Amino acid sequence: MESTANRNHGMSVGARRVLAYVVLIFFTIVCLIWFYILIINSTRSHAEMTKGFTVIPSTHFMDNWQNLVNGTLPIARGFINSLIVSFGSAILCVYFSAMTAYAIHTYRFKGRDAIAAFILAVMMIPGQVTALGFIQLIGKMKLDDTLIPLILPAIASPVTYFYMRQYMQSNLPMSLVEAARIDGSGEFRTYNTIMFPLIKPALTVQLIFAFVGSWNNYFTPALILHTDVKKTLPVLIAQLRGADYLRFDMGQIYIMIAASIFPVVIIYLLLSKFIVGEMTSGAVKG
Amino acid sequence: MEKKKTSKVVKYNKWGYIFLAPFFIAYIIFSFIPLVTTIYNSFFENYRSGLKQIGPTFIGIKNYVSLLGAPEIWKYLGNTLIMWIGGFIPQILVALLLAYWFSDPSLRLKGQRFFKTAIYMPNLIMASAFAMLFFAITSDSGPINQILISLNIISQPYKFMEHIGSARALVAFMNFLMWFGNTTLLLLAGMLGIDSALYEAAEVDGATASQIFFNITLPILKPILIYVMVTSLIGGLQMYDVPQILTNGRGNPMATTTTVIMNLNQYLTSKNFGMGGALSVFMFFVTAVLSLFVFRFNSRKEEG
Repeated sequence: MESTANRNHGMSVGARRVLAYVVLIFFTIVCLIWFYILIINSTRSHAEMTKGFTVIPSTHFMDNWQNLVNGTLPIARGFINSLIVSFGSAILCVYFSAMTAYAIHTYRFKGRDAIAAFILAVMMIPGQVTALGFIQLIGKMKLDDTLIPLILPAIASPVTYFYMRQYMQSNLPMSLVEAARIDGSGEFRTYNTIMFPLIKPALTVQLIFAFVGSWNNYFTPALILHTDVKKTLPVLIAQLRGADYLRFDMGQIYIMIAASIFPVVIIYLLLSKFIVGEMTSGAVKG
Repeated sequence: MEKKKTSKVVKYNKWGYIFLAPFFIAYIIFSFIPLVTTIYNSFFENYRSGLKQIGPTFIGIKNYVSLLGAPEIWKYLGNTLIMWIGGFIPQILVALLLAYWFSDPSLRLKGQRFFKTAIYMPNLIMASAFAMLFFAITSDSGPINQILISLNIISQPYKFMEHIGSARALVAFMNFLMWFGNTTLLLLAGMLGIDSALYEAAEVDGATASQIFFNITLPILKPILIYVMVTSLIGGLQMYDVPQILTNGRGNPMATTTTVIMNLNQYLTSKNFGMGGALSVFMFFVTAVLSLFVFRFNSRKEEG
């Protein structure tokens, strides 16, 4: 029970600050400890790991990596496949989402409001509910077991469009577009050379989100890709899980997880200023 | 001159359709046609029984009757909701608390960037790799069991994936871990938008921090809280990567961690397109109803 004094004045600012730091540090540890265990264990050999957990790293990082690369799973190909799919789809996603947003933002054509409402309405439809028709269609198009069906659909990304449009509404004055027209700039040129530089901050953030989303995607690639050398990293990880893991070298498992997540961790840490800033400023305003 | 100008604007406006074309072509091919054929498939009996192909034969709504009439789908929906709620309740509570502290000017917390960066990071991690990591960490010879045994807390390895409670709790905990930072930042954006004059007035009137939180912050945040809850529920219904990898698609123990989308994946990989179609359409309608809330929230925001 709180004392009368506490009820009148609440906890002192100092006490609340200490409490806030303790709780924040606790949740920071809860978030990061898994990555610490991952790093430690990817430096240890299978034999060392069976003896128990230690808090200090060992020396087998490169051995584990060599074993993984020379093992049965085509991890290097998986890495390249993941890079192709993620870069390809992220670039298509931001370029065409910005183009779609620009169309709605700049032009006053018939059906504009209905189209804007339509895109907003389909935004929440998950890809899973159309996956059945999607894999049938991909089969008919003879694109089964290729990376193309994981890249091209990114052209229509309603969520990215939504953020681009919000950004344009507050950062892209129509007078600029009109000035470009008076100077004789064609509409495509205006879009590519004048508009693009102006929305660079939004493009950067959305490019990262699109890249990460594609990099982490598991459901669709698992249905499309069947040959080992065509698989992306999440599909290979699932395959690793499906193998009898007890007979597997744990060092290889940890290093594979590390290899799969560290590109994103590094991008994130380098650009966290943009990402965290974007999340707290632009995402949702009440 | 005037007339020429208007016709020119109309001419420019045609470009709207040209700029929209790539989106709509890609959307129709890769989303709309698949949606239509998914619905179409749901009215046909079409599966493999051993090496024999059954159908496709038109059977009306029989797939829906057998899908919704059997206990499995409700069990999987229940599993999904239990694991979603188990993650969502701590997620929203922790996020509210942290966002409130971040936004409280009287606390002047230092190192906010560091804390925000750390708690948001799990949201960007590949869920399948993260699940594989948790599987390795909680396995019989994994670090958690090794530490618990070396501290003499347990004598035998605790089999996390063989008990209903611990298997579900693990999935819920991972959902919490991956999403509470995201929710904190969303709520923080909402809290920073609250007029600070309201807080100052409350402080002048002698309100405590908890009174301010419950009587000012929470009511103003209500629309955002509803938005967060509904989008999280929509995301929760799509729960797949984590339980799929943790249990190797089996939903151990005894299909108590099998989610609806894991069930859909089973239909798709076994090429049971009739039942898979019916399940997809069912999930489509559930998501559509929930999305209406979000849609209303977003369009209100557009006006404002």
